[in-house]
Amino acid sequence: MKQAPKRTPLYDLHCALGGKMVDFAGWDMPVQYPMGIMGEHTHCRTKAALFDVSHMGQVLLHGPDAALKLEALVPAALTQLPEGKARYTFFTNDEGGIMDDLIVANAGDHLFVVVNASMRAQDIPYMAASLKGIDVTEIFDRALVAVQGPSAEAVVSAHCPQAAEMGFMETLEALIDGSLCRLSRLGYTGEDGYEISIPETDAERIARLMLGHPDCEPAGLGARDSLRLEAGLCLYGNDITPTTSPIEAGLTWAIQKRRRTEGGFPGAARIMTELADGPARKLVGIKPQGRAPARAGVEVHDMAGNTIGKITSGGFGPTVAGPVAMGYISVKHAAVRTKIQLIIRGKPQLAEVCALPFVTQNYKR
Amino acid sequence: MTTYYSEDHEWITVEGDTATVGITVHAAEQLGDIVFIELKEEGDEFESGDEIGVIESVKAASEIYAPVDGEIIEANELLESNPAALNDNPEADAWIYKIKLTDPAQLEGLMNLAGYKTFIA
Repeated sequence: MKQAPKRTPLYDLHCALGGKMVDFAGWDMPVQYPMGIMGEHTHCRTKAALFDVSHMGQVLLHGPDAALKLEALVPAALTQLPEGKARYTFFTNDEGGIMDDLIVANAGDHLFVVVNASMRAQDIPYMAASLKGIDVTEIFDRALVAVQGPSAEAVVSAHCPQAAEMGFMETLEALIDGSLCRLSRLGYTGEDGYEISIPETDAERIARLMLGHPDCEPAGLGARDSLRLEAGLCLYGNDITPTTSPIEAGLTWAIQKRRRTEGGFPGAARIMTELADGPARKLVGIKPQGRAPARAGVEVHDMAGNTIGKITSGGFGPTVAGPVAMGYISVKHAAVRTKIQLIIRGKPQLAEVCALPFVTQNYKR
Repeated sequence: MTTYYSEDHEWITVEGDTATVGITVHAAEQLGDIVFIELKEEGDEFESGDEIGVIESVKAASEIYAPVDGEIIEANELLESNPAALNDNPEADAWIYKIKLTDPAQLEGLMNLAGYKTFIA
C-alpha cells in the first residue's frame, strides 16, 4: 500500500497560502500557489521568492577527519574547505556515475550536508556505513527554506543583519527573530539567495516574517524546476544519474585540482580517463526553434535523421520566453549552434545546441 | 444553441450540424499557465475519443480528446500566436475548433452545465 505523503513543518502555511499540493518524492508539497508558475518564476528573477525545501535531507557529520573520510565517497576537495564555506559535490559509484548530488558545508566542529529528498533513504545509510568513526545524524526537527532572487538579501537581512555580509557559498549560524538558524548563501535558481535551516517550531513564524517583505512571494516546485532549468542546473534523476559521469554532465568544475590528480573516490578510473580523453557524449543546452516545449525523453536526431542523444530536462522558460531543454548529445554534434532535430510526438522539430545557462547567473561574488 | 460538456473537460456549443469546441475554465485552471497548443487542420476527420490536439502548460503536455465524431472546419488561429488566451477566456474567445458533426445523436452522451458542475464538484 502506498504511504500517505509526509508533511513538512510548513504544510499548514502552504494550505493557508492556497498552495496546490502534490506528492513529490513522498512529500506533500506545493507545486504552485495562486500566482501560478509563470508569475512565481518571474517574481523570483525580479524580486524574491520563498521556497519550502524541507523535504531535502539535512545531515550532520561529527567526528575526527570527517572531511577526509567523506572524500572517499565524493570527488570534491573537502579537507581544504574552510570553516564557514559550502561546496557542491556528488556521490559517485564504482562505474563513475552519479548516485546523488549534495551540498557539504564546513560548520566548524562538524560538516552540514544536504541531500535530495528522494535519495535520503539511500545516502544516509550509505554515509553511516562508509564513514567509520563518524556520527551520521539525520535531522528531523528542522525546516529548510530557500529565499531566492535579487531582493533576497534585503528580505533576509531585515531580520538577520549578518546575512548581508555573507558571500556566495558561505554559511553561518545566526539568530532570526530569536531562533538559531543556519544560513547558507546558495540556491537552485541561478539567483542570489539563501537556504535557511530553521527549528521546526519556529519555521512558519520565520517564513511568514520573510513573506511579510513587500518583495517576497511564495513559490512552489513548478517554478523551482523552471528556474533551475534556465540556470542550467542539473536535476538528479534526470540530468545526472547512476550512468552519467560528472565529466559528461559538465560538472568538471566541481572536481578540484588535487582530486583530479590523486583520485581516491569511487569511479575515479572512468572519470580520470574522461578528463584526459574527453567524454563520448555531453550534456548541452538545447533551444527549440519553434514554440513547442521538448520534455525529458524526447529523442535528438542529427539533420540526417540519425539518433544522437536524448533530452533529460525540458519545458518552457518564462524568462527566456520560449522553450528550453538540456540533454546528452554525442560530442561531435555538441558544439554550440549545431542544428539538430527533436522528435516531438513523432514529428521532427528544428533546434539548436546552445551554451548553458540560458540566463545569466546572478550570484553574490 | 445548446452547450454540452464532456468528462475530458471540453465544452461543445451546437448550432444545427456544426459546433464550437473548447476547454472549460476548470480545465484551464487545472492546466495552469498554457504556453503552446498544437492543433489539427481544416478538413481533418476524427472520431469521439481521438486525440485532436495537444495543450502544453509550463508543467506538462495534455491531449485534447474529441467529444464526438466530426470534421474540423476551422482551428482558432488566435491560439497559435497567443496560447495564454486559453487561460484568460477558454469558454469564449479562446474556443479551439469549429467542427461539423457526423452523428448529432452522440451529444446525448454528454453532460449539461448542471451535470458538469456536479461532475467537477
